[in-house]
Amino acid sequence: MAEVAQNGKVDNLLLDVHGLKKYFPIQKGLLRRVVGYVKAVDDVSLYVREGETLGLVGESGCGKTTASRSIIRLYEPTAGQVLFKSRVLSPDGQPRMVNLLELNREQMTKVRQEIAMIFQDPINSLNPRMTVADIIAEPLVIHGKYQKGRSEEIIVNLLERVGLRADHLRRYPHEFSGGQRQRIGIARALALNPRLVLCDEPVSALDVSIQAQTLNLLQDLQKEFNLSYLFVAHDLSVVQHISDRVAVMYVGKVAEMAGAEELYANPLHPYTEALLSAVPKPDPLYKSERIIMQGDVADPAHPPSGCYFHPRCRYAVDRCKTEAPAFRELKPDHWVACHRAEELQLKGI
Amino acid sequence: MAVATAPSAFPVAKQRSVGQSYFDLVKYRFKKNKLGVLGLILLVTLYVSFVALPEFIAPYQLENRSNFVEAPPTAIRFVDANGQFQAPFIYGLERKVDPVKRLRTWEINTDRKYPVRLFVQGDEYRLFGLFPMNIHLFGIEADQKEQRIFIMGADALGRDYFTRIMYGGRLSLMIGLIGQFLTLALGVTLGVISGYYGGAVDMFVQRFTEFLAAFPNIPLFMALSAAIPAFWSPIVVYFMLTLILAFLNWGGLARQVRGLILSLREREYALAAKSFGAKDRRIMFRHLMPGTMSHVIVIATLSIPGMILAETALSWLGLGLRPPLTSWGTLLQDAATVRAIRFTPWLLWVVPPILLTILTYNLLGDGLRDALDPYSGR
Ligand SMILES: Nc1ncnc2c1ncn2[C@@H]1O[C@H](COP(=O)(O)OP(=O)(O)OP(=O)(O)O)[C@@H](O)[C@H]1O
Ligand code: SF4
Ligand SMILES: [Mg+2]
Repeated sequence: MAEVAQNGKVDNLLLDVHGLKKYFPIQKGLLRRVVGYVKAVDDVSLYVREGETLGLVGESGCGKTTASRSIIRLYEPTAGQVLFKSRVLSPDGQPRMVNLLELNREQMTKVRQEIAMIFQDPINSLNPRMTVADIIAEPLVIHGKYQKGRSEEIIVNLLERVGLRADHLRRYPHEFSGGQRQRIGIARALALNPRLVLCDEPVSALDVSIQAQTLNLLQDLQKEFNLSYLFVAHDLSVVQHISDRVAVMYVGKVAEMAGAEELYANPLHPYTEALLSAVPKPDPLYKSERIIMQGDVADPAHPPSGCYFHPRCRYAVDRCKTEAPAFRELKPDHWVACHRAEELQLKGI
Repeated sequence: MAVATAPSAFPVAKQRSVGQSYFDLVKYRFKKNKLGVLGLILLVTLYVSFVALPEFIAPYQLENRSNFVEAPPTAIRFVDANGQFQAPFIYGLERKVDPVKRLRTWEINTDRKYPVRLFVQGDEYRLFGLFPMNIHLFGIEADQKEQRIFIMGADALGRDYFTRIMYGGRLSLMIGLIGQFLTLALGVTLGVISGYYGGAVDMFVQRFTEFLAAFPNIPLFMALSAAIPAFWSPIVVYFMLTLILAFLNWGGLARQVRGLILSLREREYALAAKSFGAKDRRIMFRHLMPGTMSHVIVIATLSIPGMILAETALSWLGLGLRPPLTSWGTLLQDAATVRAIRFTPWLLWVVPPILLTILTYNLLGDGLRDALDPYSGR
């Protein structure tokens, strides 16, 4: 894989997110006064290297969707930096890091060719009044790249590549099964030849039997088109096979980020340990107690003080209640936000 | 609508724009609603007769005066004075003056008989404004000075009232359609923009529609109509009136469209389009607006009668169309005097076509609503 530079990071980063925040205002009353904020994403830092898959994992409501949408400014982030190595924006064609949050409208539209998105809900993310052909062609049309004949050929090829047939072109989304619809969404995402694909739980709405097929398809496509994925999922078992590295989110923050094998074997954050204990083990003789976390996921509108995880953490000490832990690189390429990461001996799988 | 949408990538796909199976389903469900189908058939018939063919159906020309001032409706007879059954005919009319009351009356003269025929030659006209013709659907073959047929009587200038109702329908029915079209263009465009952008734009559109809704209608009509200069030609006044009606009516539609857009906006396909770089205009008018169309069609159908009535009411108040333009409203103005009701009650024949139009629009609108509404449980 990539070479590790002195600072621990690597030189072929494609996406590098620093301190991303997205606060949704809570409005009350006639005058729509802002009475508080839902801190859906509160200081997220992560990076994706070229050609790799970063799994982004966390319980429901922890801000995964908000984070991925903030990255391509479907939601306008409150603060932070989203560096992306863009080709279309550099004058000489050499890929160059740009901060997406500083781009103007026109530049942002251009960059959208390079970052595509696959949505969780394959029914809702396809316009029911458009044919499959129009849906897949739309990104091309938007960017003025649609040419009669040539583009139609591209679309047919894409459609066949994701496992559908050319005679499906004139049909409407509701005529397909869930898995097929998600394939249409995948074909649409690939239409502009993107380099980064943000997959927001692309399989969690599908039948278990179809999940594996779809994951395999995504992996094949990654090799074929040299794609990088930010792959959102809500449990560790889904991302285990597909991810090179994994980031674990808890209430708007990244708790831990590391190479997949490293994270599964040597977790450094108590929350990761708890999630891992819930992953089904292939070996029935392997004994592990399941860690039951007390209480519920914190409310992002009223997060706890200090470390957001402390009310549920079985290793919490007094310091955790007052001081928020920094997100730091404890081992090369292994990042964690926990005061006690050095001393704790946590159990992986 | 008012804003052009980007052309479809696949022209072939465009032809079945709403989705064939959805459309088929709508057709199927509409056909099951007998009243709706009846409404549609009646409405098409109404528009064909009153808008396309009044020259042909009416036996005379609109302004064709005669000496038969305020002649009552002519009875078409099948049985003559001897009790013999024969082809339809009418008796001649003779003018009498009642010496006591000093009233002019019309009496029939059973000696003069005129057979009623189909497709008789009469006044010259141009069919659809193009083809010169003089054939009328029905009439009598007689010199117009000597005798005429007035199936709904004659007015104070001796004009055939049935003819006037036929011609008047054209303006009244068209003002409903054109006005509704303008209302749709305004209401849908502003509703979509208001719902999509929210914030200050939304605030402004909302308050403005509330202002229009809260303002009493008649004074507003009067003010706006007074603003139309009296020297303008009647046809310009007609278009101004249409504009005024549209202007007063778009608010309700805009609010409904806004509500629909607010919910559609959260659909992921709008977000998806945005994620691929679609501009606001494309998202609004290609992705969101089509989702409101079935709703809009129903509202539009159900509110055309309101338009037609508004024109009628305004013209009746003397604020709308003015002679020589003839609409159901101006006809009603002539009919709605005590004198008219006392001496020429047949002038109220203008009311049934107005009621029929309103009824058919409502039948059609209800049928469409049931057919287009996926939650109607059928
Ligand atoms: N538009 C919004 N306005 C206000 N709050 C929002 C909005 N979108 C999301 N939130 C809140 O932000 C938090 C994070 O939501 P998000 O959808 O990002 O979670 P998620 O991790 O994707 O969850 P899931 O696994 O259920 O998809 C939630 O508490 C949610 O209620
Ligand atoms: S900082 Fe404290 S509370 Fe937070 S995870 Fe580490 S030990 Fe637990
Ligand atoms: Mg989500």
